[in-house]
Amino acid sequence: MTANLTLVLTASALVAAGVYLLLERSLTRVLIGIILISNGVNVAFLVTGGRAGGAPIVGVTEPARMSDPLPQAMVLTAIVITLGLTAFLLAMAYRSWQLTGHDDVQDDVEDAAIRRLAESDAGSSSYDDTDDDASPPEARP
Amino acid sequence: MRAVSLVPLPVVLPLLGAGVALALGRWDRAQRAVSLVVLMATVAIAAVLLVNADADGPLVVWIGGWPEPLGISLVADRLSALMLLVSATVTLAVLVYSLGQGVADGTRNTPVSIYHPTYLVLSAGVANAFLAGDLFNLFVGFEVLLAASYVLMTLTGTSERIRAGTTYVVVSLLSSLLFLVAIALVYAATGTVNLAQLSGRLADLPDGVSLVLQLLLLTVFSIKAAVFPLSAWLPDSYPTAPAPVTAVFAGLLTKVGVYAIIRTQTLLFPDSPLTDLLMWAALLTMIVGILGAVAQSEIKRMLSFTLVSHIGYMVFGVALATAAGLAGAIFYVVHHITIQTTLFLVAGLVERRGGSTSLSRLGGLARASPILGVLFFVPAMNLGGIPPFSGFLGKVGLLQAGVGSGLPLAYVLVAGGVVTSLLTLYAVAKAWNLAFWRAAPAEILEPASAVDAREAVRARGAGGTPRNPASDQPAPSPPVALPAAMVAPTAGLVVAGVALSVVAGPLFAVADRAAADLLERSPYVESVLPRGAP
Repeated sequence: MTANLTLVLTASALVAAGVYLLLERSLTRVLIGIILISNGVNVAFLVTGGRAGGAPIVGVTEPARMSDPLPQAMVLTAIVITLGLTAFLLAMAYRSWQLTGHDDVQDDVEDAAIRRLAESDAGSSSYDDTDDDASPPEARP
Repeated sequence: MRAVSLVPLPVVLPLLGAGVALALGRWDRAQRAVSLVVLMATVAIAAVLLVNADADGPLVVWIGGWPEPLGISLVADRLSALMLLVSATVTLAVLVYSLGQGVADGTRNTPVSIYHPTYLVLSAGVANAFLAGDLFNLFVGFEVLLAASYVLMTLTGTSERIRAGTTYVVVSLLSSLLFLVAIALVYAATGTVNLAQLSGRLADLPDGVSLVLQLLLLTVFSIKAAVFPLSAWLPDSYPTAPAPVTAVFAGLLTKVGVYAIIRTQTLLFPDSPLTDLLMWAALLTMIVGILGAVAQSEIKRMLSFTLVSHIGYMVFGVALATAAGLAGAIFYVVHHITIQTTLFLVAGLVERRGGSTSLSRLGGLARASPILGVLFFVPAMNLGGIPPFSGFLGKVGLLQAGVGSGLPLAYVLVAGGVVTSLLTLYAVAKAWNLAFWRAAPAEILEPASAVDAREAVRARGAGGTPRNPASDQPAPSPPVALPAAMVAPTAGLVVAGVALSVVAGPLFAVADRAAADLLERSPYVESVLPRGAP
């Protein structure tokens, strides 16, 4: 199998840029990152088809000169799926902006509560006074 | 009609049903009837498939009648059919529960018009993943069920659900992209994505290439199955969804990942060099997961952590790669789907009756609602592995398999499994003591005075920072009496969970035969490609 170096380099550049964006807090940037990565993966998928050739239609191209149609079919499916999910993520980012005024990915609330418990060392005592942890940690002795 | 023509129906019927349900969006009753009929039919078909696959070997359908290695194949062997039957049963029970909830609440809070179609699509996706005979169809199955799960996870779009949904969607999307990379590499290396063909061709690859493919696929499925260290997304995202949705996610989605691990590890990579890695992953999943559960003071989150932890048992069975280990893993999957779903449904009932799932707010539920006490206690003990329940039998099967393999690392895992089981018991017993046995806060005993209770809870919650999903909303829901329509399906699942120990003999026999098929590989490969792999 021969691989197309241009496609490989394009794919890696897209994925690298996507990973960088994915590490951001803003959901919109994460979304763009995911779009870039998925495009990179789709390009990489084309590489697996081997050498480019003519349209894979019997009677138009000789079988030996055809390009492999299977990866293209799979990439099409993947593109459609990504399109739908991108729209969904976009709607979620918009909803998040509607509700909170920003679209930053937030910390887990319960994690924060447990961290406070651990800091004030109340987690080790009996759970009978877990009601206390609703008050801010600095209020405790 | 031959049973083989039934194989595509568990995928096609729910999809058709989803379309019809969407068109019937204005008519609640008709929509409910469609969902119920479709899922009941799916259960019946899955049962027929299991009986046939168990008697005559794998049932294979080439969609569209393409010549053999070219088209898309759906395969129902013992493992697929068993998983299909259990998942369809659980899906049906949860649907009945959510119907009960919808009827009790009126339809104000739940956008029923999209709930039913999405739920049916989810069930179609799960069935497609179980039946898929090639990697790409498995990917499509995953995407269908994940897309449906994104919608269900963020139903009604409250800020809490959007927050949890963000993590869930981004992690799932990333794992799907990784899956695509894996498929691309598999295709580049072998020129096929059909599982039966791959089982022959992967063996001819250089060791390094096949190791990369195996690692990639394992990573992908470990994210979906929530195997440590790829499990952090689960306890964060599951608890915020509506109770029936969390229940069906907990029962099914991670188990689809476990199924994919079992299928690919046994069929594609039989002499895996990664058994030690899998064992360590299983051990850490069990221990870290259960330590998380012990630390939680909220029932749904505690259950999410036990969910992660018990995935470790199944991975342990797969890692052993012996017939006994695989049979134990398969039995444990069946047990765990049923029990974990039941417990999340009960958590939904607790939230309804007690107004919260936070252990610091609950109390005295055993006196206030004895039936709720029974419904929680039985599956909780089952999860903790108390004899004679199926949880005990499954764990014993796995531990025996571990001892039987004789590896030093397997003994470490056996010890880890016992510790995990004890800590699970500790975690659920703690929940039982706090929520059910200690003296009750006033509002729980008198569900009639709902307005007072709401005031009381609000007064208590005031002044503190929001610390659980319930308190982030305007006010925790006031405690109300339990509708029979929600209790009945939960009780049905509790009984099914107990019945698993009654039918444990035949079930373990099926699991044994399924495991033997998986290890032998030839029944699967030969029924998919009767004329030999080209």
